[in-house]
Amino acid sequence: MIARFALLLLLGSGVAFAAAEPGALKAGVLSPVMAAPELALQGSDGKPLNLARYRGKVVLLAFGFSSCGEVCPITLATLAGARKKLGGDAANVQVVYVTVDPERDDAARMKKFLGSFDPTFVGGVGSRAEIDAAQKSYGISSTKQVYADGNYTIGHSSSIYMIDRAGGLRAVMPYGHTADDFVHDLKILLRK
Amino acid sequence: MSGKRRLWIAVPLTAAIAVLGWAGFAPVSVPSRDELFEIPKGTYARRMAGNKVEILPSKIRLTLGLNDVLMLRNLDDVPQVFGPTIMMPGQSFKLPFEKAASYDFACTAHASGQMTVLVEPYPAMPWSKIRWRVREWWENRRT
Repeated sequence: MIARFALLLLLGSGVAFAAAEPGALKAGVLSPVMAAPELALQGSDGKPLNLARYRGKVVLLAFGFSSCGEVCPITLATLAGARKKLGGDAANVQVVYVTVDPERDDAARMKKFLGSFDPTFVGGVGSRAEIDAAQKSYGISSTKQVYADGNYTIGHSSSIYMIDRAGGLRAVMPYGHTADDFVHDLKILLRK
Repeated sequence: MSGKRRLWIAVPLTAAIAVLGWAGFAPVSVPSRDELFEIPKGTYARRMAGNKVEILPSKIRLTLGLNDVLMLRNLDDVPQVFGPTIMMPGQSFKLPFEKAASYDFACTAHASGQMTVLVEPYPAMPWSKIRWRVREWWENRRT
C-alpha cells in the first residue's frame, strides 16, 4: 500500500513542466511595441544608414567594433549562421552592426570586417557625437580599456535588437543564444 | 511497550513521513511563470535628488519550469536600461530563461548598476523539491 502510494507520488512528480507557450519568442519581448529609435549614420555600403531603408524586412541591430576579439566575432558568426539556415527567407532579414569605436572604424574597415562573415551585413559609422546618440537611444554602454602600449579595447553591450517589418522594436536577444534560436524567432517575426 | 505509548510514537512519525513524502514527491507549482518586478514612478528623480533607492533585489532567483520568465515593468518617467535592453516609460520587458546559470546584467534601476539573475534547474528529485519548498516557505514568511 505504502509502496503504491509512493509510486503514485513519484509518477505525479515526474510531470514535466509545460513548454513555453507556442509562438513565444526565445528573445526578451518588449510590450507595448514602440517604434525603434531611428539611426542617422553612414552605412558601410556608402549610403546613409537609417532603419527606414529596411521597412518590410526584419532588422537585427547590434553594436560592436571591428577590433573586437571576443564578443563581436561570435555574434556575427551566429547571425551569419542564422541567415544561412533561413534559406530563401534570409533575403527578408537585414543585419545592421553599428560601431562603438568611431575613432578607428570607418565605412571601408567595417565593410571588410562584416564582409568576412556575410557580405549582406551593413555597418553603421559616424562621428563620435552621432555614435553616442545612437548608443544612447538604445541604452548601449561602452567602456574603453587602454593597454600599457596605448592600444585599447572596448567593453560594450552585446544584445541584438530585433526590429519587425513595420519598424517596431519588438524583442531583444541577449548575447549567447544560438543560430537556431535566432532562426526560431525570425520565422515568427517574418510571419507577422 | 504499551499500546498508548506506541501510539504516541507512531502518530507523529507517520505524520512526519507523510509530510516529507508530500514535500519530496508531490509536484511543485507556482501561480505564474512570470516573476514580475516594477520600477516605480519617480525612481530616477529620487536618485537624482540624492536618495538611496533600492527598488529591486540585487539578486533574483528563478527556477526553470516554474518561475522562469523575468518580467520588468518601467513605471518611471524616464527610460531605464535593464541588462540587454532599454525600456521606455510604460513599457515592460519579458525575458524567458531556458538554461540554468547565473546571469549578470547592468541595470540602471539599481544604485550599484548591477543585477544578478540566478536561474536554477527544475527541482526534479525529492530532495531538491523539499529544499525548494523550504526556501519558498522561508522567503514568503519573511515578506
